[in-house]
Amino acid sequence: MSTDLRTGSQPPRVAFYNDPKVRSIAYQVALCLVILFLVYGAVSNAIENLRRANIASGFGFWNNTAGFDISQTLIAYSSQASTYGRAFWVGLLNTLLVAGLGIIFATVLGFVIGISRLSKNWLLAKVAGSYVEIIRNLPLLLQLLFWYNAVLKALPDIRESITVGGALYLNNRGLFLPKPSTLTGFGWVEIVFIGGIVASIAFTIWSRKRQERTGQQAPTLWVTLGLVVGLPIVVFLLAGAPILFESPQAGRFNITGGIEVLPEFAALLFGLSIYTAAFIAEVVRAGLLAVSRGQVEAAYSLGLQPRPTLRLVVIPQAMRVIIPPLTNQYLNLTKNSTLAVAIGYPDLVQVFTGTVLNQTGQAVEVVAITMLVYLTISLLTSFAMNVYNRRMALVER
Amino acid sequence: MKKFAALFALAVFAVAQSASAQTLKTVKDRGMLNCGGNGTLAGFGLPDAQGNWTGLDVDFCRAIAAAVLNDAKKVKFVPLSAKDRFTALQSGEVDVLARNTTWTSSRDTSLGLNFTGVNYYDGQGFVVRKALKVNSALELNGASVCVQQGTTTELNLADYFRSHNMQMKSVTFATANEAVKAYDAGRCDAYTTDASALYAERLRLANSNDHIILPEIISKEPLGPVVRHGDDQWFDVVKWTLFAMLNAEELNINSKNVDEMLKSENPEVKRLLGTEGNFGEQLGLTKDWVVRIVKQVGNYGESFERNVGQGSPLKIDRGLNRLWNKGGVQYAPPVR
Repeated sequence: MSTDLRTGSQPPRVAFYNDPKVRSIAYQVALCLVILFLVYGAVSNAIENLRRANIASGFGFWNNTAGFDISQTLIAYSSQASTYGRAFWVGLLNTLLVAGLGIIFATVLGFVIGISRLSKNWLLAKVAGSYVEIIRNLPLLLQLLFWYNAVLKALPDIRESITVGGALYLNNRGLFLPKPSTLTGFGWVEIVFIGGIVASIAFTIWSRKRQERTGQQAPTLWVTLGLVVGLPIVVFLLAGAPILFESPQAGRFNITGGIEVLPEFAALLFGLSIYTAAFIAEVVRAGLLAVSRGQVEAAYSLGLQPRPTLRLVVIPQAMRVIIPPLTNQYLNLTKNSTLAVAIGYPDLVQVFTGTVLNQTGQAVEVVAITMLVYLTISLLTSFAMNVYNRRMALVER
Repeated sequence: MKKFAALFALAVFAVAQSASAQTLKTVKDRGMLNCGGNGTLAGFGLPDAQGNWTGLDVDFCRAIAAAVLNDAKKVKFVPLSAKDRFTALQSGEVDVLARNTTWTSSRDTSLGLNFTGVNYYDGQGFVVRKALKVNSALELNGASVCVQQGTTTELNLADYFRSHNMQMKSVTFATANEAVKAYDAGRCDAYTTDASALYAERLRLANSNDHIILPEIISKEPLGPVVRHGDDQWFDVVKWTLFAMLNAEELNINSKNVDEMLKSENPEVKRLLGTEGNFGEQLGLTKDWVVRIVKQVGNYGESFERNVGQGSPLKIDRGLNRLWNKGGVQYAPPVR
């Protein structure tokens, strides 16, 4: 039998509707059309039902006066002058505050616990292990309620506040600290501070290059501390300490003035950080165990001590495995912060999807906006983490 | 694919059409009335340890069930918080919302709901600890106040303090339970809600005698049942159930003497109890609809005394809720 040696031989011709490529494209287009039709049908049905039931729709409510107070506002807000839109921003900032601080605390605590669990010290390992097992097996809502009630019950009533020199008050309504307000000389301190940061970054880069070239190390930590912390303090003192503290004043009912840290905020922050730290600890432990034993043995054979080995050899390699699940935990923490509803912390869900939804009655718009906001926050977080992940990835040859 | 698209289009149209209003027929077919209630407020809507609900709003729903289904027990109560009460009614999860809800213009219009009347004229007040030595709400400048979220209470509180140039810090909670607990724990100096609820919640505090309800009533809170827009027949049925209970009290018909009153020659009594005329059938109910209501639930006065009045732990005075000819504001149009 003679084989066909013509180069570029064509495959047998078939009708275009039997061609696999054409078919697959056709099926995909059809599926997209069906999905679009479903979405269109659902949305138009909802709009029609709302109109038929005479329920107000549209986003006009955004500019209506809010009329209610919010207990923690990071930006100016007044119940008489502010709109629902403003209330939305207040709630969003509260959520970002607790989520941001929670992520930082949870990461630090999680790394410490995760590393401790692999420690050679038996007591440390067991304590870390029991922390993880207990915390991650209890529902978060219960833990938040526990922290809130424990925080409230442990602190004294406002009339028996713990005070420190009349400038700091601690009671079950919050922690009251003096509020600093800056005077004119403070501008110099800010300039020196920013200059110090820039200078210390430059110094770190220079010293790393020098180390690669000549092997000499420079005390980057001390230099950074000196430039970023020490120098601004010196300038501050030289400028005559241009800062004014507004102390909290005890009134008939409440303490006014100063910075107020709500017990709801503290309870939410503790609860979220401690809960998420347990999960992050396991992620970190998995990452550390994923680094092959050979790396550690090679480091020891070069004469590196255990602690520098951990810092310079193991953790950088472990980060590749740690970052994707760590992103998950950050997103979980952000979404779990919506449990603030249960303890009265005015986060986005409590203010917007709770009060604003009830006062305006427009459930569809309000919930859609809230979902979009959380989706955006989560996408931004995972995008940032993916950028970091790509930088950390090992470039294979 | 074509079949699926056609079926789906059909489903969309079917759903869109069925939104029209047939609640009376639906309740009769179902044999059960779905009533949205409070679930945590003594005197208005509270289940006991065996799960039997009692309260002023509970009695009202039972009266509707008695009139429509001839059995005051055929009611399913759905406990609703202040946040989701309106969504439950709008979506059809409940047929009527009897949950100490204040009648306001925005709720009557933009929510697509109709208020059918006022079964309790109330107002907002404050409760504070006696130890604070406060005798009037005007002395609360700078205080912390616990309040429930998503209520007219929240709005009135902000208005009151601003219009009197007073400062306050509001601490809002999702449910009344949490707000009361926080007030009891000392998280805030005062708790504010409708005066009737203040009496009810004070019973639940650790030491009720340590707390005093301040005399100021800072708002009008006409509490009444709510139904959906677009169903006039059901609206009439619910509206006239309340009027029936009020008219019965006005004519001195109560659950104990309703059988003798059937023999009365008073033309108003005859029209109300259905011995004369067909007013019940005009509503879509039976001739003896008021007899059913009064025999199985009682008239307005009986329901009031039993749930929030002297026959209950709350011991609230009738006050504004007296009949119009006894000095109060409760006035029902005549059945004729």
